[in-house]
Amino acid sequence: MATTEKLMAVTGNQAVAMAMKQIDPDVVAAYPITPQTDVVQSYSQYVADGEVQTEFVTVESEHSAMSACIGSAAAGARTMTATSSAGFALMWEVVYVAASMRLPIVMTTVNRALSGPINIHCDHSDSMGGRDSGWIQIYNEDAQEAYDATVMSFPIAEHPDVSLPLMNMYDGFIISGAIGPLRPLSDAAVKDFIGEKPAVLNLLDSEHPVTFGPFDGLHGWYFEHKIAQNRAMEAALPVIQETYDRFAEVTGRQYQHLMCYDMEDADVAIVVIGSAAGTARTVMAKLKAEGLKVGLVKIRTFRPFPTAEIARVLSGVKAVAVLDRADSFGAMGGPLYLEILAALYHEGVHTKTVNCIYGLGGRDLYPQNIEDVFRMLADAAGGADLPQSRVYLNMKGE
Amino acid sequence: MAEREPNVAEEESTVAEPRTIDHYLHTDRFPHIWCPGCGLGTVTAAFLRAALELGLEKERTVVVGGIGCSSRAVGYLDFGTVHSIHGRALAFATGIKMAHPEFTVIVLTGDGDGAAIGGNHLIHACRRNLDITTILFNNNVYGMTGGQASPQTGMGGIATTAPFGFDEPSFDLCRLAEAAGATYVARGTSYGVRQLQRLIRDGITHPGFSFIEAVTQCPTEYGKRNPPKGPVQMLENLKEKAIPRKKAEGMTPEELEGRIVTGLLHRDESVPELTASYARMLERVRGSADE
Ligand SMILES: Cc1ncc(C[n+]2csc(CCOP(=O)(O)OP(=O)(O)O)c2C)c(N)n1
Ligand code: SF4
Ligand SMILES: [Mg+2]
Repeated sequence: MATTEKLMAVTGNQAVAMAMKQIDPDVVAAYPITPQTDVVQSYSQYVADGEVQTEFVTVESEHSAMSACIGSAAAGARTMTATSSAGFALMWEVVYVAASMRLPIVMTTVNRALSGPINIHCDHSDSMGGRDSGWIQIYNEDAQEAYDATVMSFPIAEHPDVSLPLMNMYDGFIISGAIGPLRPLSDAAVKDFIGEKPAVLNLLDSEHPVTFGPFDGLHGWYFEHKIAQNRAMEAALPVIQETYDRFAEVTGRQYQHLMCYDMEDADVAIVVIGSAAGTARTVMAKLKAEGLKVGLVKIRTFRPFPTAEIARVLSGVKAVAVLDRADSFGAMGGPLYLEILAALYHEGVHTKTVNCIYGLGGRDLYPQNIEDVFRMLADAAGGADLPQSRVYLNMKGE
Repeated sequence: MAEREPNVAEEESTVAEPRTIDHYLHTDRFPHIWCPGCGLGTVTAAFLRAALELGLEKERTVVVGGIGCSSRAVGYLDFGTVHSIHGRALAFATGIKMAHPEFTVIVLTGDGDGAAIGGNHLIHACRRNLDITTILFNNNVYGMTGGQASPQTGMGGIATTAPFGFDEPSFDLCRLAEAAGATYVARGTSYGVRQLQRLIRDGITHPGFSFIEAVTQCPTEYGKRNPPKGPVQMLENLKEKAIPRKKAEGMTPEELEGRIVTGLLHRDESVPELTASYARMLERVRGSADE
């Protein structure tokens, strides 16, 4: 049995729709929004063509989409959905409910800016806003990563030590709509990898009636429930790595929470999420030829955050730039920057850092912008100071 | 409490040189995003001609759109405009009207925006009878996101999410609005532009919640999949299916099957308008506080 198929050229959205088809979840409930739309639209075609057994639910808003997913997952069904931007924002209330009910729903969040002004292009402000919601969050660089992450989702989310919803991200338009290479797994390999859904208590088990999410009063167990959610997140970190490793055995593609590029001998490094990593690597090739020791860390697992690992990886470099494609207004920096500063402090790593904000609302990130950042870091490694406040890349009027 | 002044220009300004609808358009933002043959521009123009007829002052008129091809119209209009969020234009407009009862407030929405994601806001706006005029562009589909079924796609309609035909019935949006409490309810089409203009004009002057359903064609996302194909054919179809309310009154439900009943369908001036009754309440409460 061949585990992987031939190389093909697909958009990020098509790649994810294909993975969903191979997973063939029991239920998909979704509402259209750019740039997620053709994930679900392709999927509805698979349903119409009888290629999957899925119950496909069209709803009248994302709030209803996530609510339907919660009902379905609570009834014990494997459940998937997809959204972007305002759609994710509208789900907000029930996004938290899904996590606190410990329902292993899998959602694709195709990253798009939040209003206003109205903007349909990529940044990470949508999913970054959901970082404290109790969902596992995995960011992907390209179509292949997005596909692979989708295949790996249920084994992580449904793992008995975890039992949490999981969302996969990739950059709207840049990845969702652009055609890139994909080497999919065979249908049988996907089925084999994800296995059967583990039996857990569910609403349809009339022998063991259960209640989901009831009010249990001021003196109830809410607090302990939250602690349990956090323990599940902690447990998820090794489960995710195990799943990455098991996937590597099947495909040869080895993922890590953090993907490091040329970090062994790096003097300076950029930390980034998503498609910008590809741009950074092309710049690095040029700078390395000049003799600059530059490295790159790409974050894949953002929740749970691999705190110790990031601190270890960055402990050897003299200067680090963290690139954020979302801002946290009024905070010391963007969400990724804050996370990394906290990790470095926690692990006692003292290195120079700077926060660069880029790509908001789809603003281009040019190789030159990244080159400028690397050169700034190289100067800092040589003794210069780094800016204390945010550096904005490719801002108009500069 | 001062009299609420109607937002129609004083006589001297109406005798100024004849204006065209360009007066209310940001023509510098053209070309617009709409597809060739789309009916949304026709409906928008009917609204603008109604505005011209009334001499609506830009400074005292606020147009609020939701999200969708139809709601996108606000981006081209030179009034006070708010391009809000999907489904919530009426909620934004409610705030605007309560804060500024003297403004003329218009909502432009789509069948997805107004009847699906924003359906709850629609019925409550009707119930409150706030003096807002809502024009719902009904093209039977989510046009902007690529042709998914909307509540108005209708039984058997083909959509990207309903490739074998939609199996859910639609709302009769006008009956819904009337039942929910709207005090002016009318329906027109993008074929009957003069009628539509008149219905919108009267809706704007009606002191209460006015709901105007503008049935229109989306040749790209609906027409592509459903007969009749092509914008001209779709317009002819609207012409054939439209039937004035007076004529429809003597017809049986069977005869009316598939027809679009147009004209003023409901009007009630006996119900108090919300900003007016709110002002009266303020006066009463403040009056008793002074005592
Ligand atoms: C919360 C949220 N969900 C989804 C969307 C995506 N979206 C934009 S327009 C639209 C449908 C619009 O349909 P309709 O109101 O009928 O307008 P039309 O384009 O047909 O004129 C959708 C689903 C959004 N902008 N916000
Ligand atoms: S998709 Fe349909 S509604 Fe939207 S502009 Fe084109 S024709 Fe008009
Ligand atoms: Mg529509």
